[in-house]
Amino acid sequence: MVRIEFLGPIQKPAVEMEASTLAEVAEALRADETLKAWLKNSAVAVNDTLVSGLDVALKDGDKVSLLPPVCGG
Amino acid sequence: MLELYDGALDVPELLKKWYEEESRGNYGAYIPFVGTVRDENGIEGLSFDIYEPILTSWFDAWQQKAAGRGALLKMAHSRGDVLLHQSSYIAAVFSPKRRVALEMIEAFVEDFKASAPIWKYDLKNGERIYAADRSTAIGGSGLLAGGDA
Repeated sequence: MVRIEFLGPIQKPAVEMEASTLAEVAEALRADETLKAWLKNSAVAVNDTLVSGLDVALKDGDKVSLLPPVCGG
Repeated sequence: MLELYDGALDVPELLKKWYEEESRGNYGAYIPFVGTVRDENGIEGLSFDIYEPILTSWFDAWQQKAAGRGALLKMAHSRGDVLLHQSSYIAAVFSPKRRVALEMIEAFVEDFKASAPIWKYDLKNGERIYAADRSTAIGGSGLLAGGDA
């Protein structure tokens, strides 16, 4: 199982799903209408490293994090 | 060094502590930037969420970059609520000479605003409202949305 975490203002509890690539996670999350806007403006990290492509392989226990727009300071 | 605190920062104490920590480091310049919550738009204060693992790796990468120029970075940020006229953010650069510190404080604070995984909320009428219009999407955002991102 892969754990998906929604950070900051997304305000959605983490979910777990079977997925072997980030592309599969993307497909599953696109089916959730409440996430539509967040998917467009969020960055993605796998095991706390930001990624730039969907071809990332995932294994059991991996963590995928969605990071919406930021404003520190 | 990255320091996170619950609530407002004790600015005089942190600036003094950092000054004393590096007083024998042979740095010719110490440039702090202090961010303070202003009274505007009817807010009672600001509130912050932080994702620490990625903030730490972001900061460590900057520390390495600073070290390459003989400089040292320090940063403190608040978690949770910070009220009007209190401070939530301090960034500081120590460097042998002023030019590196002056350049680095600007580049560091600007990249902090664009990339550090911290989320800001306005405290207004007892509510905590995400500051969406002042927030910046991190580079590479929209990856999961597909073609229409």
